[in-house]
Amino acid sequence: MSGMNNGNLVEIRDLRVDFPNPSGFTQAVRGISFSMGREKLGIVGESGSGKSVTGRALMRLLPQAARVRAEALRFDGIDVLGASERQMRTLRGGRIGLIMQDPKYSLNPVMTVGRQISEAWLAHNRSGSGGGGKREARDAALTLLEQVRIRDPKRVLGSYPHEVSGGMGQRVMIAMMLAPNPDLLIADEPTSALDASVQAEILKLIEDLVSARGMGLMLISHDLPLVARFCDRVVVMYAGQVMEELPARDLHRAQHAYTRGLLDCMPSLSKKRARLPTLTRDAAWLERHA
Amino acid sequence: MSQLPMIAIEHLDVHFGSSHVVRDISFSVAAGETFGLVGESGSGKSTVLRTIAGLNPGWDGRMAVAGQNLGPRRDRAFFRRVQMVFQDPYGSLHPRQTVDRILAEPLEVHGIADAEARIARALEEVALPHTARFRYPHQLSGGQRQRVAIARALIADPSVLLLDEPTSALDVSVQAEVLNLLSDLREARQLTCILVSHNLAVIAHLCERLAVMQGGRIVEILSEAELRAGRAKHSHTQDLIALSYELEG
Amino acid sequence: MSATTRREWLLSDTPASRAQARWGRRYQLWLAFRRNWLAVAGLLIVVAMLLLAIFAPLLATHDPGAQQLANRLQPPSAAHWFGTDELGRDSWSRLLYGGRVTLGMVVAVVILVAPLGLVVGCVAGYAGGLLDKVLMRVTDVFLAFPRLILALAFVAAMKPGVESAVVAIALTAWPPYARLARAETLTIRNTDYIAAVRMTGASHWRVIWKHVTPMCMPSLTVRVTLDMSSIILTAAGLGFLGLGAQPPIPEWGTMIATARRFILEQWWVPVIPGIAIFTASLAFNLLGDGLRDVLDPKQR
Ligand SMILES: Nc1ncnc2c1ncn2[C@@H]1O[C@H](COP(=O)(O)OP(=O)(O)OP(=O)(O)O)[C@@H](O)[C@H]1O
Ligand SMILES: Nc1ncnc2c1ncn2[C@@H]1O[C@H](COP(=O)(O)OP(=O)(O)OP(=O)(O)O)[C@@H](O)[C@H]1O
Ligand SMILES: [Mg+2]
Ligand SMILES: [Mg+2]
Repeated sequence: MSGMNNGNLVEIRDLRVDFPNPSGFTQAVRGISFSMGREKLGIVGESGSGKSVTGRALMRLLPQAARVRAEALRFDGIDVLGASERQMRTLRGGRIGLIMQDPKYSLNPVMTVGRQISEAWLAHNRSGSGGGGKREARDAALTLLEQVRIRDPKRVLGSYPHEVSGGMGQRVMIAMMLAPNPDLLIADEPTSALDASVQAEILKLIEDLVSARGMGLMLISHDLPLVARFCDRVVVMYAGQVMEELPARDLHRAQHAYTRGLLDCMPSLSKKRARLPTLTRDAAWLERHA
Repeated sequence: MSQLPMIAIEHLDVHFGSSHVVRDISFSVAAGETFGLVGESGSGKSTVLRTIAGLNPGWDGRMAVAGQNLGPRRDRAFFRRVQMVFQDPYGSLHPRQTVDRILAEPLEVHGIADAEARIARALEEVALPHTARFRYPHQLSGGQRQRVAIARALIADPSVLLLDEPTSALDVSVQAEVLNLLSDLREARQLTCILVSHNLAVIAHLCERLAVMQGGRIVEILSEAELRAGRAKHSHTQDLIALSYELEG
Repeated sequence: MSATTRREWLLSDTPASRAQARWGRRYQLWLAFRRNWLAVAGLLIVVAMLLLAIFAPLLATHDPGAQQLANRLQPPSAAHWFGTDELGRDSWSRLLYGGRVTLGMVVAVVILVAPLGLVVGCVAGYAGGLLDKVLMRVTDVFLAFPRLILALAFVAAMKPGVESAVVAIALTAWPPYARLARAETLTIRNTDYIAAVRMTGASHWRVIWKHVTPMCMPSLTVRVTLDMSSIILTAAGLGFLGLGAQPPIPEWGTMIATARRFILEQWWVPVIPGIAIFTASLAFNLLGDGLRDVLDPKQR
């Protein structure tokens, strides 16, 4: 790749996102900074902590009303905030893939799954090789569905989004985003509706892509054990701020009370508990970074 | 079982056009029991729940709730007794209606009085802030939406609750809150539940018994203790348990 | 209550009652609407035109029917603000009274057509199967004829006049609405939120009326406002053929139609009602566009 400036695929410095409300602004992201190379970065944190908003800001996919400011927001050397709309279009779905959190909601309800994947594939293969035919696109779609371990890909190709199960919809979305061979994949809860065995296979597939093609992965998830096992580094977010950043394999030994709280409130197969502890939030967590 | 089961399913088959999605399924759930349904994605778990709820027309076999056989059409009394929470909290709330309106709907349909008090109580039960009452779904986070869906299911006092992955879209802290909430409500109201989840730890936390599905069939029914101890007979179940333990590390 | 506290009450994040929440929502709708100045301009023009039409008897300078053959085809002057037509009638007064007829017809057609198309489309889309087939074939039959010809046939079967013209236009205008509503309903009926509403035990009618139709409203609103001008023109066509508003009742479309032949010499005679039609259509369009944006809660 051309713009491999000091190895950083993504560089975020002091990103702030505010949404207008009737009486002023709500701060969704309050000054976060991190950078990542072609590696697997996990972003964890409770609901509403600004994980998805961060991912969308990087693709400039936030609603128009949102106010986005940053000292630096770069993808592969490109200044995302300053880029033209045209430049952004080639990035989105081309060099950056985004697997949305609500897959079935993001698929077009009146178009078959097969057509949606083929179109994603065509949009980014037509220009390059000169001939991206309809047939070829269909075959590519079929292969992609097989890759995401869908059992009868032929039938699913002809199904509408409401005719596939929750986990299948999620995998269709993954297939669509892998179609154009992105440099960076932002996966927002990509496997939340999948059982452990399919989840493991999909993550294996993504892992292969990361190591074979040097793709970067930003895995947004609330599943801490998964992130710990699968990623290289983890960023822990709370209320729009980064609480801590640590190597993924140390996540189980995290010191911060917030991270510990998140780890504790999961039910466990090995030990039975009558009630699950819930998170008690500490006002001091916010001040630390304010 | 001494008394009549609350839910009895016998030889249930479900077709969508030419595809045969659920094959010859039988199980029963006692009153007050929580029954788990696990299995790989696309194995037909949601379809079983939707068929019980009367949302899928193409089925044969026998289904009974509280001793009454279910026909192709369900009456209003059925919907008073049986309620469902859908898999996807983003898609199951009407985008043009406020939380207040969503919760008022079942009360209006069943002609239940004191709507005001009931809505306030329902919101309190699922620990939603009062500020959420007049918001639209898109102004709520995923976890808050799922709690609205649970509140809607509970507001007309059902005795059977069908839960389709109620926590898979939620973060762990909200998941803990929802799981605690469900176990409290189950105690307080003697609810009979069927819980679908792909997370064995969640199933083990709430259920007394569970069925494992694969390719539209139930391959095994086992108890919580057997699950925790890893005493499964079918290889698919053994794989799932092994993977779950591996993840827990 | 002073202005600031009223504003606070309306914008409160924690409304104490349903009424407060409802008024707060309306106020926010209004705030959002106000930001779109094109839509506000549309609203102002529509309101102004309706007021002009309603108060026509007070504002008219002449009797719209009074002929003065000596004063034919006069250009605008102090006595006749917009000039006179081929029978020497005052154009300004005829425009005012014509607004009553034309705008009245448009409003009447819309009130008849939109609900009819909405109900047919939503029922067909929601029910599916045989009912869908029957309703859509009926719609196709109506769509297959050119609108003016079908309207002609209807008026010819009834007695010519404004009421028959309204009914005829309404009968020919509903099919596109039904098609549109059906297409929307097809995507809505399979969603989980409609399944959830069915789980409350609501009847099919209730599901359609309270939960499906509101989702079809935005696209229908836009379609209606786009159709306004074509409704005016169909009315004019009928009037021109002597099947709509009967002379001497003034009506904008008929005014243009009869004055058509003066377009080269006395151009103001047909152009002035033309401007009125154009302004009305444009204003309705702007208003409709603004309404659609505001009515979709996700836009805010
Ligand atoms: N379009 C929007 N308008 C207003 N506020 C928004 C919008 N999108 C997000 N927010 C707010 O921004 C905050 C962060 O939201 P975000 O979606 O990033 O959370 P998250 O960390 O992804 O949570 P989850 O795990 O529930 O998906 C939340 O408080 C949310 O209410
Ligand atoms: N309306 C429908 N029309 C056609 N096929 C359908 C329909 N609904 C579901 N199916 C098919 O039925 C099968 C089972 O789907 P179901 O939603 O029950 O799976 P699931 O076990 O809930 O999976 P997941 O864990 O991914 O949600 C899938 O192959 C799906 O494609
Ligand atoms: Mg998110
Ligand atoms: Mg499912």
